[in-house]
Order: sequence, then C-alpha cells, then structure tokens
Amino acid sequence: MVVFGLWVINKAGGLVYQRSFADGLSQLTANENLVLAGTLHGIHAITSRLGPTGSSSGAQVIEAETFKITILHTLTSTKFVLFTSLHDVNAEPLLQKVYEVYADAGMKNPFHAPEMPIRSEKFDTRIQALLGSTQA
Amino acid sequence: MQYSQPQNPRMSVLSTTSLASDHFSPASSSTRFSLPVGAPINIPAKQGNKPQIYDRNLNKTRTAEVSLSAYAFLFAEIVRYTQMRVSGIGDLERRLNVLGYRIGTRVLELMSWRAEAGTKAPKREIRFRAALMSVHSQVWRAVFAKPADAIEKSVDSDDEYMIIDNDPPITRYISVPKDMEQLSCSSLTAGIVEAVFDGLGFPARVSAHSTPTDAYPSRTTILIKLDKSVLEREESSK
Repeated sequence: MVVFGLWVINKAGGLVYQRSFADGLSQLTANENLVLAGTLHGIHAITSRLGPTGSSSGAQVIEAETFKITILHTLTSTKFVLFTSLHDVNAEPLLQKVYEVYADAGMKNPFHAPEMPIRSEKFDTRIQALLGSTQA
Repeated sequence: MQYSQPQNPRMSVLSTTSLASDHFSPASSSTRFSLPVGAPINIPAKQGNKPQIYDRNLNKTRTAEVSLSAYAFLFAEIVRYTQMRVSGIGDLERRLNVLGYRIGTRVLELMSWRAEAGTKAPKREIRFRAALMSVHSQVWRAVFAKPADAIEKSVDSDDEYMIIDNDPPITRYISVPKDMEQLSCSSLTAGIVEAVFDGLGFPARVSAHSTPTDAYPSRTTILIKLDKSVLEREESSK
C-alpha cells in the first residue's frame, strides 16, 4: 500500500495540517490544498444529511480510479483525511493512530491552539514515523 | 546563617485565594495552634460520611500510578494559563519554578515520611553528594516513577551540579515553538529540586535547560547552583 498524503481539517472546514508522502506526485499549491479541503468539508456535510434513515456519519471512503480517500470524522468534528492507493485495507487503523498522535502532540502541547494550524515538531516526527514508513 | 527565606518572595506571585487555602503558609495556619480561651474546642462534625483525604493512609498511594495523559493535559493547561499572564520567557520559567517549589516542599516531606517512618533510626542527608544522589534516584522515582539518567559536575565552577533526564515525562508531548527556543517547561522540575534542596538545608538556585541530542530530542539538564554557605559548610565538615 502507498500513502499519498494526509490532511487534518478543523471543524470550520479549514485545513490545519497538510502533508504529502509519496515522491513523484504533482504538488498542489497551498491555496489549492485549502480550497480542496474546504470542498471536501462541504461534501462531507452534504453526505451526512443524505442518509435515508435520518442523520448519518457522512462519507467515510471515497474511491477514485487511481486512489482512495478515507475520512475519519471525530466527535469534535475534526476530520482526518488519508489519501492512499486503491487496494488499501490499512487506512482506517492508520487514521486511528493519526488521531492518537494528534491527541498527544497536538492537544497536549500547550503551544498549540485548538482549530489552528498544527506547527509542532513532535507531531511532524511522529507522523513521519507512522506514515513515512508505509512506502513499500 | 544569613540566608533569606525563599518562601516569602515566592508567595508574592500567588493569588490571594490560593494563599488563603494554603495549608503550608505559616500565616494562614497559625490560628490552628493557638488555644481558645475558656471556650470548648469545637471539632466540626464530619460532613456526611464523605471520607476525608487527611484520613487516608499516606502509604496507600505509594505505588499507585496516575494517568500520564491526564497529567499531560493538566500541565499543558498550567503552561497555557501561565503564559497568558506573563511578560516574557524568563517570567514564565520563574512562575513554573514557583509552582514546582510548592510541589517540592510536599514531595520532600512525604518522601522522608515514607522512607524513614518505618526505620528505627531515621536519618536525613547532610552531605551534598548524598543529597544529590537521593534527589537523582528517590525524588525522581517519587515524582516520575523512574530515576534520572545522569548526574554531572560542572568543570568550570565548583558550585554547579547537573541532573540530566533524557526524556522528562512532563515535557514528552510539548514542542516549544522556534521563537521561544530558550524556554524549558522543565522549570517546574527545577522548582521541585530547588524546594527539596532548600528543605534539606542546601540553599541553591535551580534552573532547567534544554540540551537536546540526536538520540534524545527532549533531553533536559537541571542546573543546580549552590549557595556559597553550602560550599563553606561542606569544606569545614570534611
């Protein structure tokens, strides 16, 4: 499996963390990333109201021809979005671990303000250790 | 010995509400020891059947473990709260140091009680090296559940000693931003160490410094600068 990238979207739809992993991908600009994250936030909000039996959790997996988007929507409405190759079974447990890293290095860090961009060295290192090693 | 009591300047940074409830300050507790004149002593009835924390056996929680996450959140909030009320990094470190000092006085008391209450001949450390060793192993074990990683003596000056922790639990989740690089949140630990040394009769100034290495990015050095009187006494009692 290949992990292409990770987004963390705050509850207002702002992109607070973005990182791409695999080499040789065409890179987006910071602005494009922000716009796409906002769009995904909107799509998620719509899908969460589409359920035939009342409210639903919203989109969890979006599959495209060449990649897959897995979304973890937490209780506090923070979204963790993982871009992986199509045949990937590990995305959900990985996202749980990302959530754990976020709780540790983000929320327990007094210099991080909730809902603001994550600029923490320890978060970077732990995400790198978690997702950077999955390139096989 | 002319060494100013460190308590009073420390108290000045505390709010009055926390002073009022402080069982430690002699000012607030002196009334407890004065005898009432002619009036019967009223022992307030226990409220309900709620067990009081003072009734608990002090040894009961000796090996109990607490959640690191809970304390990490608490400490993060302490730093956040303090940071909003200070004017600079030095001030922030000083306040963390003061908070640690208040922990340290209690740690020392509880630790000596636990270690010496059972023995026939209770003792306390009177030589600095021995005291330093006991801080390195016993205080660290009581506070962080592991001994510190190293003790060093400064090569430049005789009055400086260092305790080194490769991965202090309280700063495990903290990343200090680039513009505050000099800050070490382990100032709280420095305060604890300072209180223990003060309590043992080795007045010193203790500060914390980040000294990262490649293997241990959050390695921290607790620098102990001893008061001149301590060195003189050590010298004379050789």
